[in-house]
Amino acid sequence: MKAKIIVMPKRTVLDPQGKTVKNALESMSFKGIKDVRVGKFIEVELTGDDKAELEKKMDKACHDLLSNPVIEEYTLEIK
Amino acid sequence: MKFGIIQFPGSNCDQDAYHVLADVLGQPTRYIWHKDNTLGDVDCVVVPGGFSYGDYLRTGAIARFSPAMKAVIEHAKDGGLVIGICNGFQILCEAHLLPGALIRNRELKFVCDHVYIRVETTDSPFTNACRRDQILRIPIAHGEGSYFAERQMIEQLEREDRVLVRYCDKNGNVTDAANPNGSLENIAGVCNEGRNVFGLMPHPERASEKLLGSDDGRLILESILRAGATVQPQMGANA
Repeated sequence: MKAKIIVMPKRTVLDPQGKTVKNALESMSFKGIKDVRVGKFIEVELTGDDKAELEKKMDKACHDLLSNPVIEEYTLEIK
Repeated sequence: MKFGIIQFPGSNCDQDAYHVLADVLGQPTRYIWHKDNTLGDVDCVVVPGGFSYGDYLRTGAIARFSPAMKAVIEHAKDGGLVIGICNGFQILCEAHLLPGALIRNRELKFVCDHVYIRVETTDSPFTNACRRDQILRIPIAHGEGSYFAERQMIEQLEREDRVLVRYCDKNGNVTDAANPNGSLENIAGVCNEGRNVFGLMPHPERASEKLLGSDDGRLILESILRAGATVQPQMGANA
């Protein structure tokens, strides 16, 4: 099974990377960009097939290591 | 005052810290390898600057789980002194020994420069040798030094007098122009509730000898020595 995790900066946190990317897109003459935020994508390949159990374990991994809950939020999908 | 400096793969300010503590201040100082489970006989732990684990995932995120950091957490729980400098501050926040987090500098640039910080309180083992509102000239060198915490935590830190140093201009004014990285409330360093753990982004170990441009940083390290008389002997740490 594979865990797909997206880690994004919280909306209350300044994201200067996102702002810079937005500026760069606009300087490429892209119009109509309201906002850009830059995050991380993490893929974890897992052994075992107890999806519920894996979700619980990965959720803890996301909370404890893969993201910093002070400044980031994450979404977790296991397939 | 016995100092122990943790070395992680990627730490690069450990030797500067050792030089100042051992050679300039003449204190018994040793290195602690990140894989060591015990700290040995140490009064104050130094978590030094650098790029531990290459800043992989997030700065300080991986160092936090090392055996040595587990021992540092116990040491801190027992009231032992801990000072985290730059990457050390990042590691202490990731380890939840300090609240908040350090994020990417507002201007996205790595800033390597002398800055001014103002001492906000002398009520700590890290600033007791300073004067209230004293201005210290100390270098910073970081790309992710912008202090962030939720509004309620910032208010709590201010209420509890736990912001020990703040970025200011050379006259001691806390202004946005004097903020090198976008830290909330120009916060340059904070301590924990027990006031025994301190993290700061500037490098006092790089400002402890006049030859290097400033010896203002020495006051922070000398504060620790001053506090030494009142530090409890550590339990269960055999050299």
